[in-house]
Amino acid sequence: MYYVDPHIHMVSRTTDDYETLAKMGCVAMSEPAFWAGYDRGSVDGFRDYFRQLTDTEPKRAAQYGIQHFTWLCINAKEAENVTLSREVIAMIPEFLDCPNVLGIGEIGLNKNTKNEATVFLEHMELAIEHDQQILIHTPHLEDKYQGTRMILDMLCADSRVDPSRVLVDHVEEHTIELVLERGFWAGMTLYPISKCTPQRAADMIEKYRSERLMANSAGDWGPSKPTAIPDLIMELRRRGHSEEFIRKSVYDNPVAFFSQSTKFDFVRPEHRNLGEQSSN
Amino acid sequence: MPRTAREVLDQEFLQIRAKILEIGAFYDRLGEAEASNISQEHLELLNRGCEILNDDQGDKAARIQLLFSRDYDADWRDKFAL
Repeated sequence: MYYVDPHIHMVSRTTDDYETLAKMGCVAMSEPAFWAGYDRGSVDGFRDYFRQLTDTEPKRAAQYGIQHFTWLCINAKEAENVTLSREVIAMIPEFLDCPNVLGIGEIGLNKNTKNEATVFLEHMELAIEHDQQILIHTPHLEDKYQGTRMILDMLCADSRVDPSRVLVDHVEEHTIELVLERGFWAGMTLYPISKCTPQRAADMIEKYRSERLMANSAGDWGPSKPTAIPDLIMELRRRGHSEEFIRKSVYDNPVAFFSQSTKFDFVRPEHRNLGEQSSN
Repeated sequence: MPRTAREVLDQEFLQIRAKILEIGAFYDRLGEAEASNISQEHLELLNRGCEILNDDQGDKAARIQLLFSRDYDADWRDKFAL
């Protein structure tokens, strides 16, 4: 089955991983900007990172027939440094016209601090000013519930935010309903220890059906599995779900969400190598 | 929902058996380890999580998640002056 991974950090992966993902059916992916494992010291560190996301990774992906899209921001962890965050936010518009940039992300909270919330609000303002979609990181473990509520408070308090253009990621059993009932898209991250297993993601797909719901692998430099979406596909097949039902969460929904961006020039795999351009 | 309760139980029995065994072995290791100052808060959370597994209510996964979560403070914006 063809699928789209809407949240995977390919800067952390080898070229072999691109090949494996392509062999397993991945035809497109989106890569939000995130923490590099260390705090960057200057705005130029982010400028170089954004060049990697907008130039290097699309080329690596294209070698294996995968379309690569991206989201730009300073992540929640480094957002504790408000001065640097403001410099990065001021620099982001340099890259917004790059052909694979879908929006602002993954913005969010980490430890639910005042500085993180301040920078989140300023990212929101940037997205609104430039008519960008938003991809959101919610905190981990014991901070997830409070952080998700805080993020939803900020989004819902601003009438200029269109929930149908916002993806709230890393939802779990205690946060998914909060996100969906407010009209946002929700992403489940399949991650070995924190976040969600393929089995629990399948449970949530069965409970909430697949409206505005998608799954991703995160696939970063931590203990993660870039091929986690095929694991979910297998779990849903094992439970007897139809191919059409499965495809909704792993292909149709990410394509529908991303298609709200004019930059999403996705070519369906059945239209590739035929000289055709799909309208999604 | 394509699976019956019997199918769910039959298909997942061995996996869940293994997970329960892991939990039992963890408590054995904890009990046999050299006595030291452990986090009573963490132990209490684990014990209460196990109680949820065995009670007669639904939404167990969501309730366990909330058990391990910090409380939401609705006044956070006022406190942060944001």
